Amino acid sequence: MEILIAIMIGILYAAGIYMILRRSLVKLIIGIILFGNGANLLIFLLGRITKGAPPIIPENSEVFLEAYADPVPQALILTAIVISFGLQSFAIILVRRAHKVVKTDDLDEMNATDEDS
Amino acid sequence: MTQQIIIYPLFLQILLAILLMFFWNRINAQRIISILGSSVNLALTIWIFAEIWQNGIYTVQAGNWEAPFGITFAADTLSATLVLLTAISGLAVSVFSSGSIIPARLRFGYFPIFHFLLLGLNGAFLTGDIFNLYVWFEIIIISSFVLITIGGEKAQLEGAVKYFTLNIVASMIFLTAIAVLYGLTGSLNMADLAGKVAAVENRGLVEVTAILFLIGFGIKAAVFPLYFWLPASYHTPPSAVSSIFGGLLTKVGVYALIRVFTLIFVDDVFLGQILIAVAVFTLISGGLGALVQNNVRKVFSYLIICHIGYMIAGLGMFTEVAIAGAIFYLIHDIVVKTNLFMLSGILYKIKASNSMKVLGGFYAQYPKLSLLLFVPLFSLVGIPPLSGFWPKISLINAGFAAENYWTIGAIIFASFITLVIIAKLWAEVFWKTPEERPRHSSFEYFSDISKLRKVQFIAPVVFLSLVSLYIGFGAEHIQLLSSRIAEELTNNNRYIDAVLHSDM
Repeated sequence: MEILIAIMIGILYAAGIYMILRRSLVKLIIGIILFGNGANLLIFLLGRITKGAPPIIPENSEVFLEAYADPVPQALILTAIVISFGLQSFAIILVRRAHKVVKTDDLDEMNATDEDS
Repeated sequence: MTQQIIIYPLFLQILLAILLMFFWNRINAQRIISILGSSVNLALTIWIFAEIWQNGIYTVQAGNWEAPFGITFAADTLSATLVLLTAISGLAVSVFSSGSIIPARLRFGYFPIFHFLLLGLNGAFLTGDIFNLYVWFEIIIISSFVLITIGGEKAQLEGAVKYFTLNIVASMIFLTAIAVLYGLTGSLNMADLAGKVAAVENRGLVEVTAILFLIGFGIKAAVFPLYFWLPASYHTPPSAVSSIFGGLLTKVGVYALIRVFTLIFVDDVFLGQILIAVAVFTLISGGLGALVQNNVRKVFSYLIICHIGYMIAGLGMFTEVAIAGAIFYLIHDIVVKTNLFMLSGILYKIKASNSMKVLGGFYAQYPKLSLLLFVPLFSLVGIPPLSGFWPKISLINAGFAAENYWTIGAIIFASFITLVIIAKLWAEVFWKTPEERPRHSSFEYFSDISKLRKVQFIAPVVFLSLVSLYIGFGAEHIQLLSSRIAEELTNNNRYIDAVLHSDM
């Protein structure tokens, strides 16, 4: 299971970087989304995948009785997903505006900021 | 619990941001609230700084969860100093914004977002938890995205696309690094990580994680070869936005580098060499980049990159003297870079251009203003006794002690090239007799605006110039402060003890 997820993360990272390096604005966003999902899955994987009980200590004992799933990575992923959702929606609006104003979706043609002025 | 005062700046900024939203269309009320709030914040941070200067490190455990299980806020002298500097720059930019940002932009919620940005900065400086640091970084970048695009001009949007992409990639890499670090150690608390990372046996993976952190923070701090987003975007938004970006946003990356590489990945020869190589190339390439630019704000953008090199060099040499130099430079740079972009805003307001070809004749036209602008420009060069001079002594001393002549060479070269650039700028902008230019009918020139708004333009520059002069002439105090910070950073036991055994 771990090895499958590891391969999947690798593919997501690779595809994300590849898409970010393309010249089209839309592919840029797709790249960012894939990259972000890869990072989230990586946290999930590195938090160790345990098919265990929830991390709750029974009422009449002091310690965990059986293997439990680490809740921290899930909290981290949840936070990261919410943040990346916000950023991605901003990105989509930004790209839409940029396309409307600059009238191109080719990143190579967006070079007004590099011109000497 | 007097230690809780360290999170008051966070509460203050978020309250200000929320309060300002209730005055969405009443921009005069927004201006007054923002300036008053920033003044209160300055007083508050001075108090916090005084407390920490006297009593050492303060920590707050969020929700009373004991470290390392909860989120920790910890303020050592470095954090307290940076929070104080954020408040100083924040107040200056708040006054400058209320004069220089046009009402149309203010009606899109400029001030609330500005205070969210300051909230993120304060949070990043105060947090003691690496994932929490990521969250503060996200708060910083999402508010900076709004600030950089507010107004939606063509150049702004183009700059924003580049700024956005690189910063989001940096965040993802930072998140990846956190994931690997969590997988290695099972902890997120920075003080706890310090011990746990040292105990990890798989050193190769630790190095890889450290490099991931270096890349993530390096993009944010704009070091060579990761800085190309900065000169493509920092000159596009209004100058008030550029000044808070130039003063504080790249410095938060430097702060994160300093924190992570003095606390978690300590004293690693390989990393030290990489940091020094990065610093040398940053110093040289930033300087050369600035040399060929004609737009004043682009010149300053490249100079930001160039001068980041000093701090990274200090961190890379990793001796107490070198880190003291880096911290001194950080303190000086925050004040001066904020001031320089405000200066460029004044120049723009006077001539409706930032191109050195068009600007000119300021010394004849505004002699007193020129004398004022002399202070930040030549503090940047570091003509003694102005503030940029003193940290370089520490850095060069440390370079000799480490027999690191490449770094010394790069530091001297970068200082020299800064001098050339500022001399060129001074000759072009202040002394040259300009060609007559037709006045734009739609542009509101500096000579036309009301007295109050002129004060709003000039007062923050005066304020920050005074701070700069203090850093220059009171260098003894700042040197004392930076040596103490360097001592705390190199002996990180005290920070770790303060966080992990806060109940004692």
